[in-house]
Amino acid sequence: MTTKPKFAMYWAASCGGCEIAVLNIHEKILDVDANFEVVFWPVAMDAKYKDVEAMEDGSILLTLFNGGIRNDENEHIAKLLRQKSKILVAFGSCANEGCIPGLANFTPIQEIVDTAFSTLTTENPDNIRPQTTYAMPEGEIHIPTLYPILKTLDQVVDVDYYMPGCPPESHQIAAVIDLVIQVLQGKAELPPKGAVIGVGLSTVCDDCKRTRNIKKIKQFGRIQLQHSDPELCLLEQGIPCNGPATRQGCGALCPAAGAQCIGCYGPAEGVIDYGARLVAAFASVVDSNNPDEIDQIMDGLVDPAGQFYRFNLAGSLLKGSLTAIRSISK
Amino acid sequence: MTEKIGVYVCHCGSNIAGVVTVAEVSQWAGEELASEGVVISRDYKFMCSSLGQELIQKDIQEMGLTRVVVAACSPHLHEATFRTACKNAGLNPYLCELVSIREQDSWVHTDKEAATQKAKAIISGGVARVAHHESLEPLRVPIHPDTLVVGGGIAGIQAALEIADAGFHVYLVEKEPSIGGHMAQFDKTFPTLDCSACILTPKMVQVGSHPNITLLTWSEVTKVDGYVGSFAVTINKKARYVNTDTCTGCGICWEKCPKKVRDEVFEVGLGNRKAVYTPFPQAVPKYPVIDAPNCTYFIKGTCKACEKFCPTGAINFEQKDEEITIPVGNIILATGYDLFDAKRIPQYGYGRLENVFTSLEFERLSNAAGPTGGNIVLRDGKTVPKAVAIVHCVGSRDQNYNPYCSSICCMQSLKFAHLVHERTGAEVYNFYIDIRTPSKGYEEFYNRLLEEGTNFVRGKVAEISSVARVPEEQGKLVIQVEDTLIGKQRRIPVDMVILSTGIQARHDAKEVAKMFGISCSADNWYIERHPKLDPIATMTDGIYIAGCVQGPKDIPASVAQGAAAAARVLGKIQQKEISLEPVRATVNQEQCSGCRICNDLCPFNAILFHEETMVSEVNPALCQGCGTCVAGCPAGAISGTGFSNDQILSQINGLLLLRITDQEYA
Repeated sequence: MTTKPKFAMYWAASCGGCEIAVLNIHEKILDVDANFEVVFWPVAMDAKYKDVEAMEDGSILLTLFNGGIRNDENEHIAKLLRQKSKILVAFGSCANEGCIPGLANFTPIQEIVDTAFSTLTTENPDNIRPQTTYAMPEGEIHIPTLYPILKTLDQVVDVDYYMPGCPPESHQIAAVIDLVIQVLQGKAELPPKGAVIGVGLSTVCDDCKRTRNIKKIKQFGRIQLQHSDPELCLLEQGIPCNGPATRQGCGALCPAAGAQCIGCYGPAEGVIDYGARLVAAFASVVDSNNPDEIDQIMDGLVDPAGQFYRFNLAGSLLKGSLTAIRSISK
Repeated sequence: MTEKIGVYVCHCGSNIAGVVTVAEVSQWAGEELASEGVVISRDYKFMCSSLGQELIQKDIQEMGLTRVVVAACSPHLHEATFRTACKNAGLNPYLCELVSIREQDSWVHTDKEAATQKAKAIISGGVARVAHHESLEPLRVPIHPDTLVVGGGIAGIQAALEIADAGFHVYLVEKEPSIGGHMAQFDKTFPTLDCSACILTPKMVQVGSHPNITLLTWSEVTKVDGYVGSFAVTINKKARYVNTDTCTGCGICWEKCPKKVRDEVFEVGLGNRKAVYTPFPQAVPKYPVIDAPNCTYFIKGTCKACEKFCPTGAINFEQKDEEITIPVGNIILATGYDLFDAKRIPQYGYGRLENVFTSLEFERLSNAAGPTGGNIVLRDGKTVPKAVAIVHCVGSRDQNYNPYCSSICCMQSLKFAHLVHERTGAEVYNFYIDIRTPSKGYEEFYNRLLEEGTNFVRGKVAEISSVARVPEEQGKLVIQVEDTLIGKQRRIPVDMVILSTGIQARHDAKEVAKMFGISCSADNWYIERHPKLDPIATMTDGIYIAGCVQGPKDIPASVAQGAAAAARVLGKIQQKEISLEPVRATVNQEQCSGCRICNDLCPFNAILFHEETMVSEVNPALCQGCGTCVAGCPAGAISGTGFSNDQILSQINGLLLLRITDQEYA
């Protein structure tokens, strides 16, 4: 049998984009196959949880774990894969900081379920809600229990490396896989535990080609509502670009394409609360000393939660709203 | 835990011990915080006393403490004391943390049990924080011996003379053509009634001829770079169109100049001057300036009367503004005040009713060198008033305008009353809210006025009107007021009204403050380092304030502040070099993306942007460690010494007693 090191990839509360990003490394995927034995990857191959449970502890060399921890199944597999893996990587924004699923942390769990099962387009005449256990003639069956809020991977298990991005850029994934292969061949060393990998040291602005001046903002406005100068820093034009606070790694794709950075690569090194940082930064360059005018300028940011915490809420200092954190799922 | 931390809890007499059970707190810290590295915890009556300090020093030496937490008063008061104590015992002073259980605890609470719990939390935060402290060394910078004084009023004059007399060079910058300031406009000074010019002009002359003073009038500071000890100040010397090397100040030019201009500055619109002028006869320097926007030659291209008649050929129409940059070690700001604009109170009629005057207009009116030669007359220039009203607190002590007391108006109003009475024999009415005469000789002056027969009406004037209701009011100004002492509405007809207008910060105070990197209060007065113990220093090292720029005050107080600021500057010059707090912000060059959000944030202009490398940098000598840029940096690329994430978060965790109660939020 093969003696190749073992590789696993798992999705918890996520969209599947991270898996696509891995496949998007094109022919590099053959290197993965050549160097690793893929033992567990639900999106790509058939496997059962019990197969993983049967593995020896630490027998998987590398696990890329994407998705946040939204229910007890997510947590169970996170703990299982932690136990079975030598290197556990929080892969992609959801596992790192909660991402879009983490935005639900503003809402009590019961409200989320009610909304999901009573929308205008939901056919649910008996107003049924999902039950976590149900007695069938063959015996009791279970579905996973939702948690009050979504947690990030490292709020549940010990994580070796962090690879942010929604999804991580394919060239960064390829580079990380190359590195691991080189480590296997004894040609390179692993970064220190806890490191953020597949990223740059600075922020998105470092890669952005737009001209930058001293910033003074008189008005914030949504990008679709105004004509923007293609050469000038978007933030200077009042378009709330998250680039200054967002970790370098994507190559400033969005600003290059004329759209503002929305922050998918998460906080820069040393930043504890991405949203708070960004609020402070934006507020710092508002060009007014008149409280009414300041209010008016800040009203241009129509969706502060989405602007400042789109990717980062579950991983922020707040983690969510108190009503959500204290809510109980039934 | 590798650190050995000592905790010292102060009773501060009963200041702390009266509310906080100090012994319990100390014992608790010794036991519960042992896991955090606390090896000794003591309490003492007065930690700041030499015996208290010796306790700490002995423990450092005998127990080998590596960190010290003192729980006492605010760091503003005794941080330096305890840092020095640590330093003397061989411990780096920055490994000592002073946490406040007085200002932040015992003084603001009455519940003893809760206050005691809070003291524990505060100490726990300090202990958690101090473990992350690093040894720091103060920065040492040399002091340039020259000084810049901005503003040539009495405060600036005093400061400049003190420093120059001590043998050091001073640049005195004044934006008007002459020094003298507001004091030069006054006739008499209260309460002694000595002639303002007689006591001021000798000082002005001294400034003009002092070998250690470079006088730069008709000049303005445009840029301030650098930091304490080595500022580089850029000054715009406006074109005078007069060559000061050859001008003798003979006055033929302004005698011959055909263009009359209403003098809105020195004569506050009451008199005229010429297009080439000195503001007043005793002006220093004696050289005139040409007011180009009003000069016939500059408007029409012909005239040149001044040039033709000038015996020394000193007129030069080709002169241009000149920018100079000077190096100085310290700066004194004495830029003075503006008068409250009486037009803002429409019911008092200033600007609408001819014979309503402001205080400064009255000063010129009563001045022997003024437009009427000191005759107190109505605006027609000849009629002597038979009844005069003086309204106190105009624009001051009023929630609609300036909430503060302008401090000089009561005394100036009494002075006006005396002068009117003395020179015209008119009936004088003073309308006041309260009479405030707190300084030396002031109350005596008030008593003198009472004896002179001045009428005092206690009440805030509601309206000044020219509309008569009864025949006696015909052609008069009528003061409508509630006399609060008799509880009645009164209408008092007078010929002349003097509004004792308050004083307020210069209209450009905010911009000037920003240029010099200091801060303003809500009323735009410059903020002193400490309201009681350091009224003339600012939070920016090397920048001092004197006179009304700091808040309303009279001449003696302005002079005292000018001298005090000079003494502070001289002290600095004598030290030759100074140490700066090493609490500074630094930019991690690799992490900085050059987004430029921080570039305009620094109140001390310490941030520099490098275009070539696209990174920002903080000048450590300019930085005052305020932390604005640290908070503003979206990339977390700027860190503040002594305020790292580790230090702040540990302190918060400590405060919340998280590690001790093992509670975790969410």
